[in-house]
Amino acid sequence: MDGWPAISEIADDVKAGRLKAVDLVKKSLKAIEENREFDAIISTLQDRALERAVAIDGRPSGRLAGVPFIAKDNFLTLGGKTTAASNILKPFEAPYQASAIERLEAEGAICVAKANLDAFAHGSSTENSDWFVTKNPHDKTRVPGGSSGGSAAAVILNMAPFALGTDTGGSVRLPASFVGAVGVKPTYGRVSRSGVVAMASSTDVIGPITRSAGDAALVLDVMAGKDELDSTTIEKPDSLSDTSFDFSGKKIGIVKEYMQEGLEPGVKSVIEASIEKIKQAGAEVSDVSLPSLPLALAVYYIVCPAEVSSNLSRYDGQRYGYSAAEARNLDESYELSRQQGFGAEAKRRIMIGTYVLSSGYYDAYYKKAQTVRTKIIHEFTDAFSKFDLLIGPTSPTVAFKIGEKTADPLKMYLNDIMTVAANMSGNPAISVPAGLSDGLPVGLQMIAPMGADGPMLAAAKAFEELPK
Amino acid sequence: MSKLSREDVLKLAALSKLKLSDEEIGRLQDELGEILDYVNLLDSVDVSGLKPTYQVSGLKNVYREDQPKDYGYETQDLLKNAPATQDGQFKVKRVL
Repeated sequence: MDGWPAISEIADDVKAGRLKAVDLVKKSLKAIEENREFDAIISTLQDRALERAVAIDGRPSGRLAGVPFIAKDNFLTLGGKTTAASNILKPFEAPYQASAIERLEAEGAICVAKANLDAFAHGSSTENSDWFVTKNPHDKTRVPGGSSGGSAAAVILNMAPFALGTDTGGSVRLPASFVGAVGVKPTYGRVSRSGVVAMASSTDVIGPITRSAGDAALVLDVMAGKDELDSTTIEKPDSLSDTSFDFSGKKIGIVKEYMQEGLEPGVKSVIEASIEKIKQAGAEVSDVSLPSLPLALAVYYIVCPAEVSSNLSRYDGQRYGYSAAEARNLDESYELSRQQGFGAEAKRRIMIGTYVLSSGYYDAYYKKAQTVRTKIIHEFTDAFSKFDLLIGPTSPTVAFKIGEKTADPLKMYLNDIMTVAANMSGNPAISVPAGLSDGLPVGLQMIAPMGADGPMLAAAKAFEELPK
Repeated sequence: MSKLSREDVLKLAALSKLKLSDEEIGRLQDELGEILDYVNLLDSVDVSGLKPTYQVSGLKNVYREDQPKDYGYETQDLLKNAPATQDGQFKVKRVL
């Protein structure tokens, strides 16, 4: 199966009648069928996708006319089930669609399938999925990263020109880095989360996974903007996709805390080579220290479970989702439905969240973590008064082996050590393919000032265009 | 490594409306202890003079008119995922 041209070219060809949306959807479905062994996809939306394609071919219009895409299975979509890869939502059929999906469809895009994830997006490998583990397209014995691992693998397996993910602690950037795709975590509030299964509401963002920064910018631009159904959304600047960027004279900070111990030598050398290229392009590159960044993961593992325990309280077996039939009364129905419907990781996070929010521990854990969060934000603000962009690796390692970390939850949590800080602060960040280490992809992470998604995407594009 | 007591885990499970098997309780005593040990590294961080940050959008009090709006959803569509319904409403098990 061949790859896909740039998304803007596909849409132009559909509008000019040179390509048919129906053929594009069929091409997408064929790639999904041919690559089933990778377990990237939970379900297809074949009937609805083909129906939409026929309608679009009749009257092609929009910036994404006829462009197929794949949504992580925590986006509510019509035409099939939305499971969040969890047992408790396995029977769930959404009665309405996520705002992000609606905006993409309004510009002519077609959702063809739902991608695998760690159940409820709790994880960094897809090994917490209640369905199956997605395999890395570069090496089937390795994970694709997570939690948006199915979306990332799908893009590299040419199942669609783009896929959607969600990033609460690194869940778009980490898998993008592990499979060699571009993954964007926009500024907090950039894209409406209405109709997306909530994980940690103070850090959840939606982002595209693509083959190029240009594609990502176009998709993000379509999804971005205020939405009355998500009151945390922020005003969108005129365009996020037509900014230009030249490294010449730009001040780029290498995050010292991300280049220290624990970084695999192979990853380190790819990142150092990237830094050298950026220097050659005329940027003023220097080290910058944000001493509280190593605390971000501990902050995250208090704040995130706290919000998870609250957001998952809605799964009570009464209004939708799995319900334990044998329960004799309402209380037992709650307890048994949740016991049987939630996997080990969801239970772990609910329990930690309940612990750190309970009276007597609230100040010591939750409030303390949110105060350290302020410290991290101050360090970012300070760094961005001196630098246009911060860079470093997306992950300290390349994709790890399936099963390598499943026995130790804390070891699994450490995968997010370099991505979580941007979630705690709200800053936009992106992972861009930087090269290979022993045949496995390495991602370069760029972190930008609040709201500077456009310049960040332009910088990523400029990086892609630097001589190899 | 500190380990949570069985009583602590059971208390958290009750607050969380989760029933747990004996095997799950034993495992969570260790795992929660290990995770709390890790996050305890924040204990020694000096945060004097700083206030907590609960959200980062910079927005405050986003209001709308308090009026019903028709989003075009049918009651039957919103009820179709429910395990039990009656007269267009959710039906739950007896409370007592």
